[in-house]
Order: sequence, then structure tokens, then C-alpha cells
Amino acid sequence: MKRVYAREEVCMGCKLCEVYCATAHSEYPLDLVKAFLKQKMKPLPRILVEYNLSISFALQCRHCDEAPCTKACITGAMQKDSVTGIVSNDERRCVGCWTCILVCPFGAIGRDNQGHKVASKCDLCSNVADQTDTESFSNVPVCVQNCPNRALQFMDSVVEGEE
Amino acid sequence: MDYVIIGNSAAGIGAVEGIRSVDRVGKIALFSREPYPAYSRPLISYYLSGKVAPETMYYRDPDFYLRLQVEASLGREVQALKLEDKTIELSTGDKVPFDRLLIATGGKPITPPIPGREYSGVSTFLTWDDAKDLGEELFPGIKVVVIGAGLIGLKATEALVKREATVTVAELSNRILSAILDEDSARIVQTHLEEQGVKFQLNNTVAEILGEEGKVTGVRLQNGEELECDRVILAIGVRPNLDLVRDTELKFNQGILVNSHMATSVDDVFAAGDVSEGYDKIYQENRVLPILPNAYKQGFTAGVNMAGGSSEFQGGFAMNAIGFFDLPMLTAGIIKPTTPGFQEYIRLDPGKQSYKKIVLRAGKLVGYIALNTVDRAGILTGLMDQEVDVTPFQEHLLKEDFGYIHFPKELRSQRLSLRK
Repeated sequence: MKRVYAREEVCMGCKLCEVYCATAHSEYPLDLVKAFLKQKMKPLPRILVEYNLSISFALQCRHCDEAPCTKACITGAMQKDSVTGIVSNDERRCVGCWTCILVCPFGAIGRDNQGHKVASKCDLCSNVADQTDTESFSNVPVCVQNCPNRALQFMDSVVEGEE
Repeated sequence: MDYVIIGNSAAGIGAVEGIRSVDRVGKIALFSREPYPAYSRPLISYYLSGKVAPETMYYRDPDFYLRLQVEASLGREVQALKLEDKTIELSTGDKVPFDRLLIATGGKPITPPIPGREYSGVSTFLTWDDAKDLGEELFPGIKVVVIGAGLIGLKATEALVKREATVTVAELSNRILSAILDEDSARIVQTHLEEQGVKFQLNNTVAEILGEEGKVTGVRLQNGEELECDRVILAIGVRPNLDLVRDTELKFNQGILVNSHMATSVDDVFAAGDVSEGYDKIYQENRVLPILPNAYKQGFTAGVNMAGGSSEFQGGFAMNAIGFFDLPMLTAGIIKPTTPGFQEYIRLDPGKQSYKKIVLRAGKLVGYIALNTVDRAGILTGLMDQEVDVTPFQEHLLKEDFGYIHFPKELRSQRLSLRK
């Protein structure tokens, strides 16, 4: 399956991926300004930029083949789609026990404490595509689309040393 | 191939999914004492508090058994194993043959011989029916004594308080949650629970349950003090349910002994989940690891091997995600070493009710407590699981923003770039 890979050597640490991700998963997925101004709760990104003085890179769910979160989930809310490979959380069934956070070796699952407490994670924009009925989301996740220096790439796999 | 699975919780369901990942046609017969489709045991306290509705208690979708072609006999109890005949015997006397058998009978509550144990109003808290029965009897102001301040006892306590019960918890140990917290972190959680009205009796326990006309009226504690109450919940702990195993040739210790394929000492018989004793890679010995993620993984591994595939359970270790009244904690491995050879590092922020502790052994992370500082703690779990030498970056492990940025570059790119 296609996943998002970060190239830390060209990441500028601008965090635009976080901004666009938060917008895409807000109540106004197509409108950045409304998402941040009109939504009562601050929109939360499902991608995280890690940075220090010299390097930065973005990190989100790796949609692991053997995803520990799906095996550990106590409610059955966290599932890997057998066709698309996307790991997603059924927020109606999630009770916010944080077992997925306990087992995710990438630290890629966040806590959404706004309203009904749920685990929040990258869905490769698949839900956004469903909700907005716009195809552009399903083709390439918004973080990748809006990365100004192409530090985020959406591809099948990355082989060491290959561009 | 005829498969028989005894048990319908995480390990049993994992086995179904494991078998079906290899064998689409073999016949799977599954037996469960409880009448419900697989539901999530850890959710019973959420059910009791009203947070989870009955329809969201289920561990899998309603079509699960049909979709995976499982003949599920729910509410049919298995009475005996006739391993030499390769059959199991139901309580109705019916016999069911198997080519491969999985024992996933889980755990059962430890019920100590406390006088008065037989009074009505005394119960355990393990199954959905336990929660249903308890829920029906609650009224605002009901007085409940919970015996045991472990995970089950305190999750029951939280739900009871949310249902406006007055709860006293008696615990023999010097602290609450002694399996997952050390003294300092336990004190933070205890104070938090006390602020919600919970009373604790530590270094103490119930010596006798008092009753009148067959019904509980109170308890007498070990220190002589008497407390009035309407209900008593026994939550001392859980041990492997070996009822079916004792009269067989199966080898068991605390739980049924299994190898890395989840195979028992008898050919074609497998065991998984809370009834088994699998490999603990932190303690480096076989141990009962009664936690749901472990049960599912062991069940899946067993299923693959039962169906003729090859899968190894690489070993697990204790880990828990739990929280009370919005105070969450994640813990794993050895949290309070009692022998030499460990290094412990602690970061405490009392103002934030947060406490983080890491435990190292020979350069490797072997345990941690992350109380109210849970974000991204799974990275630590991953380092334990992969047995990474953390010496080059151990000074960062306690940081609130600890992440992949602190990994040596090589390790980071190895983890992040190639993930098939």
C-alpha cells in the first residue's frame, strides 16, 4: 500500500502539514480559515512534526501490516481495512482507554479530549474524502499535497538510499 | 480439518481470525459458557457507569461468526476434555470430536475463604452478567466495600462512584495498584480517587463479611474496625481457569504451559490467553500475562499454527492502559525492581499530577510508568519490545517530548523509512 514517508533532509519544519491535516479533519475540511476561526474547539492535527535546532521531520500512523493497535484495542474499534490497508478508528466504539497509545511504537496516535474522548490518528484522508465527496483527498493526503518542499512523499515503499 | 475452540473472548476470537487467515474451509466449532457474542471484558465497568451502551459492548461486528463461518455454541458449557479420544464433552453429555483444540477459557476470580462469603450481596466483577446484576441493585447512596485495589477493583469503584455509590476499598498491600505502580505514583492516584469521595483502607483487608438473614450488612476489617455496607465486591485478583485441565495429562504450572507456537504438552492441543503461561521477554521466563492485547495475539498465533501455518509468539510482557476520573496512566514491564542490576530514573511534577519513571537493565529499557503523561508512551513500549540498546539516548527518555528525534539517526531511518 501507499504510505506517507518523510525526508528529514529536506523538511523545513514549517508545520504546514499539521495545519492542513487539522483542517482536513475539522468541521470545515475545505476551509482553513473557517476551521481555525469558527470551530469551537481547536482543530487537532493527526501528524506531528518533530524538530530540534538542526533537523525536523513529520510523523504519522505508518498503517503497519501487523498493526499492534488493532490487536491491542479492547473494543474492536481500531481496525485495519483488508482491502485498502488503512488502519482507522471507529470513534463511535472507542472509549478512550489509550491502549493503542500504549502499544503504538511510533507514538502516532493522539488523544482527542474534545467532546467524546477518542483516539485520533491519520486515516490517509480516507474519511475526509468520504465526508466531503471530493476525490482529491483520496488520491493524495493533504499533508503531502501541501508540503512546500516535497519533504512528504506518498509512495509504495522507500528503499534505503533510493530517491 | 475440524477445529474446536473453548472460549469466546479475545484469545478465542484471535484464534478464529488466525485459523481463517490460513484455512478458509475447515470447520470451526466454538463453545462459550456465556450466552453473548464476544464482548469486551474490560468494558464491563464502562457499561456499569453508563458510558458504553449494550450494543457497543461487542468485540466484533454482528456478522462475525457468519462471515468467518464459525459454528458458535454460545451458552453451552464444556464439561470435560477427553484428549486421548480427541473429543470434548459438553454439560449436556454430547461429545464433539476435534482434529485441533484450543483452550482459551480465560481466568476466574480468586475467591478467598472469607467468612460470610456466601451472603447475598457479595459478588465478583469479571463478566458482563456480574456488571448487569450489580447495576440492577444500585441506588444513590448505596454503601459498597470493594476488597482489592487492583485494576478490576478500582475500575469497579470508579463506575460505582459515577453511579453515586459510597465506596470503601480495602487493600492488603501498602498501596493501590501495586502491580502497576510504585509508592509515589500510587499515592497520586489514591489522592485523586479520594477527591472523588473514595475511602481507602490500606495495609488492611476484610476479615469477615457480616450479614443478617442471608444478606450482607457490613464487614469487619482485619484491624477490628467495622463498616456498614449493602454490597461487597471481591476483586482480589484473577487466576487461570484450569477447571477443565486438572483431570487431563496437560502440563500446567500457574497456567497451561505453552511453547512459542502456543502448543501445549499434548499434540494438537493449544492454549492461549489468560489460561496460558507464555513467554515473558522482560522477566525472561514463562508467566501468566492476563491482558487483552496478549490474549488476542496468542490466540491469533495459535490459530495460524492449528491451521498448519507457521507463527511464533515472540513473547510479551505486562502492560496496562488504565485511568480513573480522567487521570490516565500507561505502564509496562518491571516498574519496581526488587533485585540489584536495575537503574531507575524518575521525573515528578506534583502540580500536574504527573509521574514518569523508567527502569533500565543492562542498557535496555525493561519497564516504565507514565502517569498523566501518556502521550507517545508507546515509543517506550516499542523500545522494550524490540530490546533496543537505549544507552546512546537514555538521557532523553524521561522528557515530555521524547520522540524519534532523539533516536540515533541510523535507528530512526531504519524505523521510519522502510515499513513493509
